[in-house]
Amino acid sequence: HRFIGGDSICILRQAFFLSCVSASISGDTGVIHVLESEADLEWPLSKGPNPPYMVLLESSLFTRSIMMKMKNESNRVAGVAVVVPNTSPPEFSPHTTCPNENTGVYSDNYGPNLAHCNTTVWNPRGNGLSYEEFDFPVFSLKEDNETEFIKQCYLDHNRAVNGSAPQYPLCAMQLFSHMHAVTNTPTCMRRNDINFSINPEMVCDPLGDYNVWGSIRPYNDTVFGHKENESVVIAAARLDSRAFFWEVSTGAEGSVSGFVTLLAAAQALREVTHEAPPTRNILFAFFQGETFDYIGSSRMVYDMENGKFVIDLDNIHSVLEIGQVAVHSGTNLFLHSDPVSRRNNTVNDENLVNNLQSSTAGLSFLLVEPNVSQPLPPSSLQRFLRAQPIPGIVLADHESAFNNRYYESFYDNAANLNLTYPSDLSPEEQLEFVTDTAKSLTDVATVVARALYKQAGGNESLVNNIKADPKIVTQMLYGFLVSSNNSWFQAVMAPELKNILKPSPPEYYVGVAMSSTPTRLVQYLLANLTGAATNLTQSQCQKPDELPNESRQMYSYLWVQGIVPPNSTERDSFCVRASVRLTKAVSPAFELGEYASKDYSTWTESRWKFIKARIFLVASRDLEMLTLGVGVAVLFTSLLVTYFISTKADVLFSSTREPASAAY
Amino acid sequence: MTASVFFGCTFIAFGPAIALFLFTIARDPLRVIFLIAGAFFWLCSLLLSSLVWFITVQISNKESSSQQKGLLIFGVVLSVLLQETFRFGYYKLLKKANEGLLMLSAEETMPISIRQLAYVSGLGFGFMSGAFSMVNILADSVGPGTIGIHGDSQHYFLSSAFMTMAIILLHMFWGVVFFDSCEKQHWWSLAVVVISHLLVSCLTFQNPQYVGSLVPTYIIVFLVGLWAFFCSGGSLRNLKLCLTCKDKDFLLANHRPR
Repeated sequence: HRFIGGDSICILRQAFFLSCVSASISGDTGVIHVLESEADLEWPLSKGPNPPYMVLLESSLFTRSIMMKMKNESNRVAGVAVVVPNTSPPEFSPHTTCPNENTGVYSDNYGPNLAHCNTTVWNPRGNGLSYEEFDFPVFSLKEDNETEFIKQCYLDHNRAVNGSAPQYPLCAMQLFSHMHAVTNTPTCMRRNDINFSINPEMVCDPLGDYNVWGSIRPYNDTVFGHKENESVVIAAARLDSRAFFWEVSTGAEGSVSGFVTLLAAAQALREVTHEAPPTRNILFAFFQGETFDYIGSSRMVYDMENGKFVIDLDNIHSVLEIGQVAVHSGTNLFLHSDPVSRRNNTVNDENLVNNLQSSTAGLSFLLVEPNVSQPLPPSSLQRFLRAQPIPGIVLADHESAFNNRYYESFYDNAANLNLTYPSDLSPEEQLEFVTDTAKSLTDVATVVARALYKQAGGNESLVNNIKADPKIVTQMLYGFLVSSNNSWFQAVMAPELKNILKPSPPEYYVGVAMSSTPTRLVQYLLANLTGAATNLTQSQCQKPDELPNESRQMYSYLWVQGIVPPNSTERDSFCVRASVRLTKAVSPAFELGEYASKDYSTWTESRWKFIKARIFLVASRDLEMLTLGVGVAVLFTSLLVTYFISTKADVLFSSTREPASAAY
Repeated sequence: MTASVFFGCTFIAFGPAIALFLFTIARDPLRVIFLIAGAFFWLCSLLLSSLVWFITVQISNKESSSQQKGLLIFGVVLSVLLQETFRFGYYKLLKKANEGLLMLSAEETMPISIRQLAYVSGLGFGFMSGAFSMVNILADSVGPGTIGIHGDSQHYFLSSAFMTMAIILLHMFWGVVFFDSCEKQHWWSLAVVVISHLLVSCLTFQNPQYVGSLVPTYIIVFLVGLWAFFCSGGSLRNLKLCLTCKDKDFLLANHRPR
């Protein structure tokens, strides 16, 4: 056998329907077949004489029609392995065409003609593969030596010559990816609760992580609920994304562009809000789990409704959300708002729109309101509107349908944002190099910062001094899309967290372990960019309440590594004081125990023991039966002969043992 | 390769040994004890030779393949010599034990003859040797695949099973011949046993040309088997009598009251 590495499979369940099932517990074995074209699908599905087959697909063949055909004949397909190439196809989105359609604000009661993408199909390229249920495991393989070995094995042994069946032994692959959860979320959560043994076996876990939020003026972390005379402008972005395969989620345009812009805007506002604080507070919120029916934002709204957050919904003045903003120079950005609440005059978005549009003075693009009376795109703002009418705008690069050709797929990477570096730079030089993408996003961040300052009632004459820093933007883009283990990220992170930094971009899938890398990175970046460096020592940083002017209730104190000064090897670590907090981002459905809830996200992830694959040759049935037959024959023969000899032993071995009995 | 290959190979390799055990040894507890003791002696010889092998491999040059090959040959030869030495040691031990057994038992004659001891100890050696040869291969054969992805021959399992059967039978025959020649002080036949053991072991270097190693091995099995047959009291006449079923009269004649 030869073990091969592979990343796999979709493993999620949701209430009411199953998406992506697993293999059997002893692994699925199938004869390898490398698919050459869609017509070649006949061989594994009908003509091939040695089912079941393990189909190896190039990514260009990983389409809905081929996967659906295999799904229909799943008793002949033992599994599918997809080779993930290094270059992207023209377009590919395994997400649905209407993301989060059941948990947004539009429903039969609210804008029924706008619900379920009746007016605008947001993700027209979506093929919905991520939400299909397959009876066999689907693996991803990188395009490297291992995959070449598999293809060579297929060519050597399994190739059908002129339509005749290939000869045994055949090359086969076995995938182990048994998932413990079954059916749907209510069933598997119920099974989690069965506590007959000392170590109860958990079979699935709810998806979730932490939201990151920070504010210009700090809030006391122990005082929850409505705050009198407090008016807050919320600036929101989402942190997570996903792909069909679990471990390769990148989300460059889908999420990284948005939250990097917001982080840069937060940094741009630091100076001016210290000199001339605006009337209203500004709260920066980064939501996790938005891909899976708005886990983070629905939780924050739920906490606000139930007095478990430092402010409540009545304190919110307006919301500005940064959506997908992969802007190129010269193109415009669009301001989406909710037509239903505008039509009913329950909210007044005009101020926000004006503030935004006037902030683009001197920059190369304009902010335009879309022509069509269309709903809000999928965004966290929808969850706020579900609870209460609030003025809000979603900033995006698409006028109606998404421009992103790879929404929620593993191709939404740095190349999708045209993030290119000159070829002769070292990693450190690449970190510092200001790319064109960074310049564009810096302009967007400047606009956002200025608009937020004006919206919060700040001093108009100081607005034009607000500028986002392109160096910070380009460093963030490098760290989030190329390599997270760079000197800047190392400097801003805590010493005990430095192991989450890797030479590759982080994974943006929200996960269940409550330890997602992007959350931690954004937390520490927001703290470093909006907070203040203090003189506290490490022990003081852990217990700041002992000092007279410091309070852990108002701020969080984070000990960060700092940079390495030129002539030394020790890092200049220091304590950062910032009003940056984490709040739990797990769907309220799990707090309430309503696992079949239609209002909240009910996504869970199955547990599994191990996932691996191996390839080997299989022999024909005939040879195996022959071996068994020979063995049984040998056994019977030897039993007979031995019986014969042992009964006649006296005769056979008589000559010297009993000389007296020889009568002859 | 699935359960059918697993059972097939098990039956091929251990079929004769199981049959012999069932019909000739299982009923007599004394024989069982000596069988297990014999197996243990073989195990000790393997332990010692593996210790030497381990040390020499560690101090050798791991890169040089010719040195490794040479080391392998040395290991095989050393192991064979150690097995035969331990067989001799077991023989000496049994001789001493026999006197003790005689004193302990109530009867006048020995409960078990030296010839039976030879057979049982040889079979014990064979069992343990077969187990070590075959068990890892059987464990691998249960899985869904077969040999060959790196270009090796597909017939590995089958030929290993047949080789193991041959080795088990050979150990039994060698045991008989060995003890017999020790009894009669025929040192030359002792040397022939050792040489044939060396020959069979070195034939396995022919693998993966399985034909080249199996066919001569089975020829040697046949020859040594014949020799053991004659050593243990058989003769052509007895064989003829047995096969033509004239022995009924012979037996009846034997048991007629004299």
